[in-house]
Amino acid sequence: MNKRMIAYVLGLLLLCEAGLLLLPLFVCLIYSEPVIASFLVTIGILIVAGLILARFKPKDKTIFARDGLVIVSLGWILLSLFGALPFFISGEIPNYLDALFETVSGFTTTGASILTDVEALSKSILFWRSFTHWIGGMGVLVFVMAVLPLAGGGGDLHLMRAESPGPSVSKLVPRSNKTARILYGIYLAMTVTEIVLLLIGGMPLFDSITIAFGTAGTGGFGVLNSSIASYSKFCQIVVTVFMTLFGINFNIYFLLIFRKFKSALKSSELWCYLGIMATAIITITINIRNYFDNIFEAFHHAAFQVSSVMTTTGFSTADFDKWPEMSRTILLMVMCIGACAGSTGGGFKVSRVILLLKYAKKTVRSLTHPRSVKTITFDGQRVTNETFQGTIGFFIVYVIIFAVSLLIVSADKNDLVTDFSSIVATFNNIGPGLGKVGPTGNYSSYNSLSEIVFIIDMLLGRLEIFPIICLLTPPIHKKHFRKKL
Amino acid sequence: MNIIVVGIGKVGYTVAEQLSQEMHDVTIIDTDEDVINDTLQDIDVIGVIGDGATSKTLIDAGIDECDLLIALTGSDELNILSCLLAKQLGAGNTIARIRNPEYSNDLNLIKDSLGLTFAVNPEREAAAEMQRILKFPTARNVDIFGQGKVDLLSFHVNRKCNICDKSVKDAFAKIKTKALICAVERGDDVFIPTGDFVIKEHDTIAVLTPEKTAPDFFKQIGFRTPHVKEIMIIGGGKIAVYLAKSLKHLNVSATIVEKDLDTALNLSYNLPHINVVHGDGTNRSLLLEEGLKTADAFLCLTGIDEENIVLSLFAKSVNPEIKTITKVNHTLFREVIKTLDIDSVVYPKFTTASIILRHVRAKTSRNGESEVQKITRIINNKVEAVEFTVSKKSEAANKTLQELNLRPNILLGSITRDNEVIIPRGSDILLPGDSVVVVTSTERLLSLDDILER
Repeated sequence: MNKRMIAYVLGLLLLCEAGLLLLPLFVCLIYSEPVIASFLVTIGILIVAGLILARFKPKDKTIFARDGLVIVSLGWILLSLFGALPFFISGEIPNYLDALFETVSGFTTTGASILTDVEALSKSILFWRSFTHWIGGMGVLVFVMAVLPLAGGGGDLHLMRAESPGPSVSKLVPRSNKTARILYGIYLAMTVTEIVLLLIGGMPLFDSITIAFGTAGTGGFGVLNSSIASYSKFCQIVVTVFMTLFGINFNIYFLLIFRKFKSALKSSELWCYLGIMATAIITITINIRNYFDNIFEAFHHAAFQVSSVMTTTGFSTADFDKWPEMSRTILLMVMCIGACAGSTGGGFKVSRVILLLKYAKKTVRSLTHPRSVKTITFDGQRVTNETFQGTIGFFIVYVIIFAVSLLIVSADKNDLVTDFSSIVATFNNIGPGLGKVGPTGNYSSYNSLSEIVFIIDMLLGRLEIFPIICLLTPPIHKKHFRKKL
Repeated sequence: MNIIVVGIGKVGYTVAEQLSQEMHDVTIIDTDEDVINDTLQDIDVIGVIGDGATSKTLIDAGIDECDLLIALTGSDELNILSCLLAKQLGAGNTIARIRNPEYSNDLNLIKDSLGLTFAVNPEREAAAEMQRILKFPTARNVDIFGQGKVDLLSFHVNRKCNICDKSVKDAFAKIKTKALICAVERGDDVFIPTGDFVIKEHDTIAVLTPEKTAPDFFKQIGFRTPHVKEIMIIGGGKIAVYLAKSLKHLNVSATIVEKDLDTALNLSYNLPHINVVHGDGTNRSLLLEEGLKTADAFLCLTGIDEENIVLSLFAKSVNPEIKTITKVNHTLFREVIKTLDIDSVVYPKFTTASIILRHVRAKTSRNGESEVQKITRIINNKVEAVEFTVSKKSEAANKTLQELNLRPNILLGSITRDNEVIIPRGSDILLPGDSVVVVTSTERLLSLDDILER
């Protein structure tokens, strides 16, 4: 492993975080809030730590897949550890572990909170809390890459692959840093559009910016205790539409910009995503029609809630925990499916679900017609066995981690629905679950051990499991060495 | 520039890698999915899997916005077809690799009717390079500039050489011929030397000198420049054929050893002035019987790198005075090969890549006028020598060199004006129309103005 290069990139990452912290610092100055010291101290610590790590520009800049995974997982852990400092130093979240939970929940775009009263926080702290969603949505390393080429050659691709959510990463244009720039360009443009629309809908500027950050990263931190419920209907519709949009693979927007409508609309994942969403919305609307004054009202809330949990955002306009069992079950299911690959959303990803279903179909077919030969295609491309193996491997690890997490959390004092949905909600980066962690509840009822499990699950979920696992497994030669001793 | 490279073999990979490093947007096309995936791991390009001679694949790769298509598949016909299609689909320029010697005569005909910008023949370029080295056996590598009036020679310093352990200033005080040291390689480092730089044993030195006085220069620094009269070539492939044809006009007697009887018979028919021997080039007694001990030069051109290297080492051990030229296809182990005592090594891959690169660089020239005449990489690809034509618009024109604020690590090597070669000093002036050779170890130069500090 190229340790120097890893240290160098991590150093740059911390410096970058120091730069990003200037924004909440600016907000702090506008509202002249007393928490300014906590931001200044954090920025100071980040600059010192960043400069120490990045003081030598390594001669050998080549990194391999493993280095990329290590950089990404270590980078995210460091970002969260330092990003929690403003909450902790300002005293607004007095327990460091709670602050860390909140920060990880922010960066991983989960939106799960341990806070019982969000409105009690100062504006700049709330801004930083929501801003972590925006940074985490597209990824920090991708941001750094957009500004300066890091490793050059294939190295940048290793980083991008390790950081982006989704099973496959394809570059849009030949250069990695240009691809990163285009991605951030689309991301920024869509965020700004949403801010403008929310302002038109009568939302205050501060709220529209933070809510837009929460939507763009598919995070889900609000600035009011009632999440989105107390904003105007127009604003709720805007948020619904944008949540759905941010859950779509960004490659499709790229194709649309370059007027390649045909290939953009050919994407089967897009149609599958919209199809699942539509089915869920219609079923839930019918199921909850008696809870609201009229069917349109029911449809409005069903649409908001489905797009919120399916894109793994986690905003809420109604307490869906009080809805009938069937609606709650459907919501829990779409939570697990998640958004499209290559979007800012989390979850298991629609494309993986499609691949698994195709594989299941193939297996059944080969049982009934043992000699039949069939090539499976996905968007016109032949799917190789390796792709299937990768997806199935991912599924297995996903289930194992889920089970282990559930087992540990169940030692805590909560009921099974709460425990189960809390793991679903953190592992898939959604935020609110059912029961005590439902849209009106929060995670404060869990003890420290469960909190640590949630933190790890959120990171595992955002980075698609393997980077973190890779960090924990020693290289093969070291194992042999230990055996010899 | 938007560049598409079709066919990712050895040459295709090198070209794609270097173009990507020069900040071009490169798309690669290959039929083999594994090749594409492996390449994407290593270099910053985008890949399309498919046949580069079909319109579907080319359109997928974005041929309409492509400025240049380079076809480097193993088949000449496929390359030609690919270029023809690309041109029809809107590509700006096309470069094809055409290596069949039978086609080479018809090349101009093909070029015109297909709208081919440029055809490159790796074997012919490698043969040309070998021929230049044979002219100056003392040098490891020879490159020509200024339409052949200036030579860039690199050679290895040894004890016999009288500039060893002297500073550049002292060494050149005694030398009366025009010459300039451009670059020195010591171990893994490369220097663009100043006057106080001390030359040591085992350094590799690149020198720019007028072609006419080059032998004189070697004599003055204490090398004998033997005239090559008798050469022995192992392997009768395409390079050997090209080389043998170009040797026809020189007063040289050559022997080609070829393993395959049919190939050998064909060679003897096509090259009547050459002594063709049918036999295994790795057969020790055969080599000695055919006069290895008396030959002046020994060229290993078989298709197997290891065989070529071992044969050259063997030749050196039997006949220490012999000049060996070794063809090596793999570029990965250059550092190791460099340490061996086998004189010159020719990498056809690099030769081809540098020719294509020169072409691309000339097209990207900033002023619209193509200023780049030639680009060569010397000293294991670490140093670049670029030849520019001074245009009227250039900021460097009509100024003395003292007035020019040059960037670090840049050296003005020689100026060719009309028929005269000038090794420049501070008081010399660059005039429009001059061709000037610039040597640099760091920058990638696109136009002459790039040498100036901004």
